[in-house]
Amino acid sequence: MNSKYALIISIVLLVGVFSGMGCSTPVTTVNVSAASSLTDVIGEINALYQKDNPNVTVIANFAAPGTLQQQIENGAPADVFISASPRQVDALQSKKLIVDNTRKDLLCNKVVLIVPGDSTLGIKSFNDLTGDAVKKVAIGDPDSVAAGQYARDIFNQYGIMEALKSRLVLAGNVRQVLQYVESSNVDAGVVFLTDAKISKSVKVVADAPDDINKKVVYPVAVINTGRDRTDASAYEAFLFSNQAGAIFDKYGFTVINH
Amino acid sequence: MESLLSPLWISLATVFTATAITFITGIAVARWMARYEGRMRNFVDGILILPLVLPPTVVGLGLLMLFGKNGPLGQLLLLFGNTVVFSWPATVITATVVSFPLMYMNARGAFEQVDISIENAARTLGASEWKTFWRITLPLAWPGVAAGAVMAFARAIGEFGATLMLAGYIPGRTATIPVAIYFAVQDGDMDQALLFVLIVLFIVFASLSALAYFKSKSYKVITA
Repeated sequence: MNSKYALIISIVLLVGVFSGMGCSTPVTTVNVSAASSLTDVIGEINALYQKDNPNVTVIANFAAPGTLQQQIENGAPADVFISASPRQVDALQSKKLIVDNTRKDLLCNKVVLIVPGDSTLGIKSFNDLTGDAVKKVAIGDPDSVAAGQYARDIFNQYGIMEALKSRLVLAGNVRQVLQYVESSNVDAGVVFLTDAKISKSVKVVADAPDDINKKVVYPVAVINTGRDRTDASAYEAFLFSNQAGAIFDKYGFTVINH
Repeated sequence: MESLLSPLWISLATVFTATAITFITGIAVARWMARYEGRMRNFVDGILILPLVLPPTVVGLGLLMLFGKNGPLGQLLLLFGNTVVFSWPATVITATVVSFPLMYMNARGAFEQVDISIENAARTLGASEWKTFWRITLPLAWPGVAAGAVMAFARAIGEFGATLMLAGYIPGRTATIPVAIYFAVQDGDMDQALLFVLIVLFIVFASLSALAYFKSKSYKVITA
């Protein structure tokens, strides 16, 4: 019995010692929490950043801004936060979770109404959504999804929120809204223009009113984690570079010039 | 349309309907399989238990492919002008599918425990198959069958993944308690989430107590 315990303990200790011996050059990690609409574009930007900075590993985490805000408030290891709406960054700022002077507006985007590619319902505007033929409309959950919040603002502005309330299917993030429309299980959905561009099986039928599109801003900020911030700040600076700008352009985002 | 407690009413309606369906079909299929001696026995058994071992998202995806606009059952229902995806019946379908294996396994086990010579004695005395089932088999198997129903109920009320995929999140219509908790947390509404967690805990504890009660009532068969 004694020798068995000794063997087990020594194996555990050996494993511990060997796993503690890292590589010779320290690899730093930058954890980026970004809104779901940024999935493809940030993925490409991160690949480029890692090629130029081989000693940095960028780990991306995509979800609805509300979810990301929850995670950060509860101590998740996020270094940089890119939200699709200022609201969540405001909330974090009021809780002193944002490093001063690192909050900057990065991108603009447009909100659009999409329908399945093979839709025959003839929806051409937001007001058409109140027609009898439209049974289900997908939007993000307005309380946590930026695109859902903007959708609610649009419906309120057109005065159609009450009429649509019973037809809404709420999604946990904007890409899920896109998928619902792609699968034709809903008749229409509200997403960002950049999301619609990714998909081959949806049609954009209407744009959000200008005054709402003007409010669509993606702020970026470094999170106050107490850890060293040099790498996070370097990454944030890269997002404003020309190289990153070209990639944002490609996907249809508008980079805000500073 | 939505009140604070609407997920509770939706969950209760869904679970009672699903458990009723599972109860009847589970007993029927279990009774048949208990006495089925054919070569396909293990294969059929495997299919019936599949939703229990598959991840709920796989079950959800399967149901979505079946009932979606391009799926076989979806297209059939479309002929009658009905869609199942993102509707309340979808919550019943997912709850039934995931809880069926539990009802089936418990009921079949209970039926197999019934001494066939007792059933045969009833038959020799002239009882029809139906009468034998109602008056002899089911009462003897009852503790196991009831336990199956309670387990099916508990599983149905906790169903989340497949429900979210097939029924979606429609507050006031398809938002069951687990789905409501998930979105309450995502929205940062912790008070709401906690309220529903407490409600579910209460329901589950009540179910487990019922389960313990039924298990204690098992008949012990004494053979001479």
